[in-house]
Amino acid sequence: MALAPAITDLEQLKDHPAVARLLTWNPAAVTGVKFDRDEMTIYIDAAHIRETCALLRDSPACAFNFLSDVTCVDWYPAEPRFEVIYHLLSIPHRERVRLKVRLDSSSPVVESLTSVWPGANYFEREVFDLFGIRFSGHPYLQRILMPEDWEGHPLRKDYPVEGYR
Amino acid sequence: MAHLSPTPVLEPGQDRTMILNMGPQHPSTHGVLRVLLEIDGETVVRMMPDIGFLHTGIEKTCEAKFYQQVVPLTDRIDYLCPMTNNLCYVLAVEKLLGLEIPPKAQWMRVLMNELTRINSHLVWLGTHALDLGAMTVFLYCFREREEILKMFEMISGQRMMTSYFRIGGLALEPPLGFFARVRDFAGRFPGRVDEYENLLTGNPIWMMRTKGVARMTAEDAIALGASGPTLRGSGVDIDLRRDMPYSGYENFKFKVPVAQEGDVFARYMCRVRELRESNTIVQQALDGMPEGPIKADAPGVVLPDREKMKTQMEALIYHFKIITEGFAVPAGEVYQAVESPRGEMGYYVVSDGTAKPYRVHMRAACLANLQTLPKMCEGGLIADVVAAIGSIDIVLGEIDR
Repeated sequence: MALAPAITDLEQLKDHPAVARLLTWNPAAVTGVKFDRDEMTIYIDAAHIRETCALLRDSPACAFNFLSDVTCVDWYPAEPRFEVIYHLLSIPHRERVRLKVRLDSSSPVVESLTSVWPGANYFEREVFDLFGIRFSGHPYLQRILMPEDWEGHPLRKDYPVEGYR
Repeated sequence: MAHLSPTPVLEPGQDRTMILNMGPQHPSTHGVLRVLLEIDGETVVRMMPDIGFLHTGIEKTCEAKFYQQVVPLTDRIDYLCPMTNNLCYVLAVEKLLGLEIPPKAQWMRVLMNELTRINSHLVWLGTHALDLGAMTVFLYCFREREEILKMFEMISGQRMMTSYFRIGGLALEPPLGFFARVRDFAGRFPGRVDEYENLLTGNPIWMMRTKGVARMTAEDAIALGASGPTLRGSGVDIDLRRDMPYSGYENFKFKVPVAQEGDVFARYMCRVRELRESNTIVQQALDGMPEGPIKADAPGVVLPDREKMKTQMEALIYHFKIITEGFAVPAGEVYQAVESPRGEMGYYVVSDGTAKPYRVHMRAACLANLQTLPKMCEGGLIADVVAAIGSIDIVLGEIDR
């Protein structure tokens, strides 16, 4: 059960195609990196997420053209409380990368990816429904899994497992 | 979920169009899917799927369970391919732990996964044909499916909710006579697929209902996040088993069926060919099945054998500790994707170093595939909506979780 320690040093990982592409575009967009268990994670500044995704999709060296998944993790009571997580897949290169955006609990708003991938629609609605993250520019940001008159966001950590009685 | 509201989500256009509500209790929606259709005569102008009727909060429940206790929950997400969900979850946790799985367990997992894929595709084929008016195929498919379910019962004690995989290996040794039974089935199965194809593939009515219906281009399919046969039916050649192998799939030789047309018939052909390919993988797994243990050598994680528990103090202590307080998993996160019968099934597991997962998220292939439905149906006929829903092979339990 020997696990290699995670690499979080940007210097060591700057040759990864996605990181290299982002650094030449705008070094301020990359707020951190992590390489752990053979998986690459790039922390992105929340203001740049839509442009980052469009860039990674369109640049031939990366070609992350498939949005696998959008989800969220609630680190209550820590701040920034929310991490919105995007899993991208490159169909030509058979490679994955994970993008993360950190959001404060005071304003959990991030730009929607529906203009880059229309398929982000349902994933973002699900994150909105279960975590209360708002995606600006989303065409139809309504509850998707819970009843529309439901109160609260069930996957937040301050929401009890058995619900409010 | 908009089911509580009496007002439809779509607003009708002037006088030409009307809103038609299809489902949630409709036999062709394969579960509890509600579809709002704006129609102009027989033509679908706009379409909006409405989901959430089966939402049970599995992701929230997982956070309150030990890692091992999550496995039975994963069965219930996609009830047509329980083993695929089990596999994806245990692979994710094993990656978090850094566990190495013995070859026999890996090969058994591949074998069971391909049987599950055949099982799932048979249900799809039967119900899809039934939706389009071919009753006989349904009976034929369920005849073979019954045999697979009996094999599942033989190996795990359960027909559908198998929970056969464990973190670190398998639950039980396969019983005596199991391999002979699978071999017998795999020998007969290609002939059975010929039977289905004789009924459907060249059938003029089937071709009229499926060819050129509910088309989708490769660009649209990728942009909308479609995966699996829904994506391959539009000409995109990707299969995670071959391209990003897991659980020893690199040891198997198989073809990935791809069709270019992007219509219902293309998706049908992809899945039917996959039935044959899965069968060859089953045969390869039987032929090359390695000998050895079925559980990893990790005493703090894997439950000890019954025999050792009765004779060794240490094994008893481990057993007690694993059952009562679970096992801690090093902090970190993993996204593990497998090729389920419906597409890319992904598990994102976050650990904070305790014995319970901090977050378990399932990437449901069907949720993304369902988004392609409006693209396929808008501009088509109402009758083709049924064909389109069948062709993306949705399981609502997986969509709603």
